[in-house]
Amino acid sequence: MGSRASSLLREEDIEEIKKETGFSHSQITRLYSRFHSLDKGENGALSREDFQRIPELAINPLGDRIINAFFPEGEDQVNFRGFMRTLAHFRPVEDNEKNKDGATGEPLNSRTNKLLFAFRLYDLDRDDKISRDELLQVLRMMVGVNISDEQLGSIADRTIQEADTNGDMCISFNEFTKVLEKVDVEQKMSIRFLH
Amino acid sequence: MLGGWDIAFLLLQLWVSIVAGLILLPAMFGVSLGFTDIYIKGLLKTLEWATLRIQRGQKEKPNVPQQLANGIIEKEDSPTSMEEEIGELRRSHPKNLAEGNFTLCDAFYFCKKGIENIVEDQVTQRFSSEELASWNLLTRTNNNFRYISVRLTIIWGLGVFIRYCVLLPLRITLAVIGLSWLVTGTTLVGLLPGCRMKNWLSDLVHITCYRICARGLSATIHYHNKENRPKKGGICVANHTSPIDIVILANDGCYAMVGQIHGGLMGVIQRSMVRSCPHVWFERSEMKDRHAVAKRLQDHIADKTKLPILIFPEGTCINNTSVMMFKKGSFEIGGTIYPVAIKYDPRFGDAFWNSAKYNMVSYILRMMTSWAIVCNVWYLPPMTLQDGEDAVHFANRVKSAIANQGGLVDLSWDGGLKREKVKESFKEEQQKMYSSMIVGLDCHETSVGPA
Repeated sequence: MGSRASSLLREEDIEEIKKETGFSHSQITRLYSRFHSLDKGENGALSREDFQRIPELAINPLGDRIINAFFPEGEDQVNFRGFMRTLAHFRPVEDNEKNKDGATGEPLNSRTNKLLFAFRLYDLDRDDKISRDELLQVLRMMVGVNISDEQLGSIADRTIQEADTNGDMCISFNEFTKVLEKVDVEQKMSIRFLH
Repeated sequence: MLGGWDIAFLLLQLWVSIVAGLILLPAMFGVSLGFTDIYIKGLLKTLEWATLRIQRGQKEKPNVPQQLANGIIEKEDSPTSMEEEIGELRRSHPKNLAEGNFTLCDAFYFCKKGIENIVEDQVTQRFSSEELASWNLLTRTNNNFRYISVRLTIIWGLGVFIRYCVLLPLRITLAVIGLSWLVTGTTLVGLLPGCRMKNWLSDLVHITCYRICARGLSATIHYHNKENRPKKGGICVANHTSPIDIVILANDGCYAMVGQIHGGLMGVIQRSMVRSCPHVWFERSEMKDRHAVAKRLQDHIADKTKLPILIFPEGTCINNTSVMMFKKGSFEIGGTIYPVAIKYDPRFGDAFWNSAKYNMVSYILRMMTSWAIVCNVWYLPPMTLQDGEDAVHFANRVKSAIANQGGLVDLSWDGGLKREKVKESFKEEQQKMYSSMIVGLDCHETSVGPA
């Protein structure tokens, strides 16, 4: 943890991040320390290599996709605001939410936005549909070389069949949400941050 | 009337006699005059007062954020495995076992794990200094402690003066004396023919030098279980935090060092040390040949008159909050292993050498401008390779014993991850485990790589 890291973060920035993400003051300074310690180049932004340096993330089968989620379209650097905005999706859902918009006009850590985050792990080209190819890609990442193409293909087909209601052989976000409506998304996609 | 030079000369004489009389001589005979004890007690009282003062100050100003020293994420009560987590995810999902057991929500498990690791992971935090629960009045550990009171600032200022203007010159003098004594003493002893007298003298020279160096760091070392001290023909293994570990251990016994020959000052010291008693120094090229290294070590421990070898199996400096993977090389040689656990008290000074951030000289200067080095050394009962056990398992067994004794976290991750990338095989293990959940393959892994 950098020894003067928090002094590089101004009070106004902290207040804005607080409003946008809902993290508390101390959580923000803590996470800034973490951001700073990951930022080996000390240029105020993280690159993909900075994330890859975390061994546990590097061995995660979906590691690359997760890292991708931090970077806006076509960019190679993520600043602290972007970092916090992405992490905000994983705040636990509380009853006294008072903060602002995600893509759906709800707080960033709402159930819908959590599902959207997961949806985008599959939907690489951001066309709001998970195609058979995209699903196969993610499956391949998770199973490595241990399952044959044919078997994987049939798993993908079955999954699409189960979820697809409008017959376009793709899974839209609504279909995705419907299939997972009984899953406790709020708990499974939340991290218990200390206050 | 005394001239300026005479006064300076008198002061110098006074300085040298103080150093010699009050520090050197007692150090050489292993006697403590109690100055360090008084200093440490006084320091503790001051730090406790400072902690209370800071806590009071933080309560009075509620908008100043509190320091969170226990990490960012709540600790799990009982860590769960991949199978349990994904099983829970799927419980609410209608199952269809026709073509393999996959559900879209499986990705949640990997996603959450990944984000958790981005926020806080077990490995990267070991390669930088430990964070303190409360400020110990050193500028370098000042994380976010804002101005609290005048008195605290004065004490801090006083501390800076004492450390840089009083303690630092004293410590540098001692270190210089200690090291030059080591070089000259061992060279002189080396001139003697091999005999019992030579060994005894060599041990004496080594121990007095290390004692002087320890005083040069204001080191207070508590040795526990001295009956388990390493014996000749054995191998002593310990967790590694800094080069100072050698001084700490050698204050209470004589060891044969193992390592690479360096150039410069280090090389001079190494070459003179080996004149008085056998240490195991390798050329850079020899280090790559694992068999040659093992052979030399085996020959050394086979000779029961030679001193026990001191090895740090982690291979690199870790920040003293955990013990990382022990390389199996030292555990394949045979011979009795004497494990030793070293735990530094971080309030008095940060002993960890972050070699990426500081070179040796700046590190030594930081050591000499800390309050003191206070540490505990536990000698653990000797261990040997059991029947049917392989070197890796043995190494892990020793590592757990050391971690347990020192109150350190026992990790299986390789300390080499400080500089290198993690091996692909660990990712492949994860993939294999997940695959077996989808299609019910028969190969279930019992270990998920480094846990």
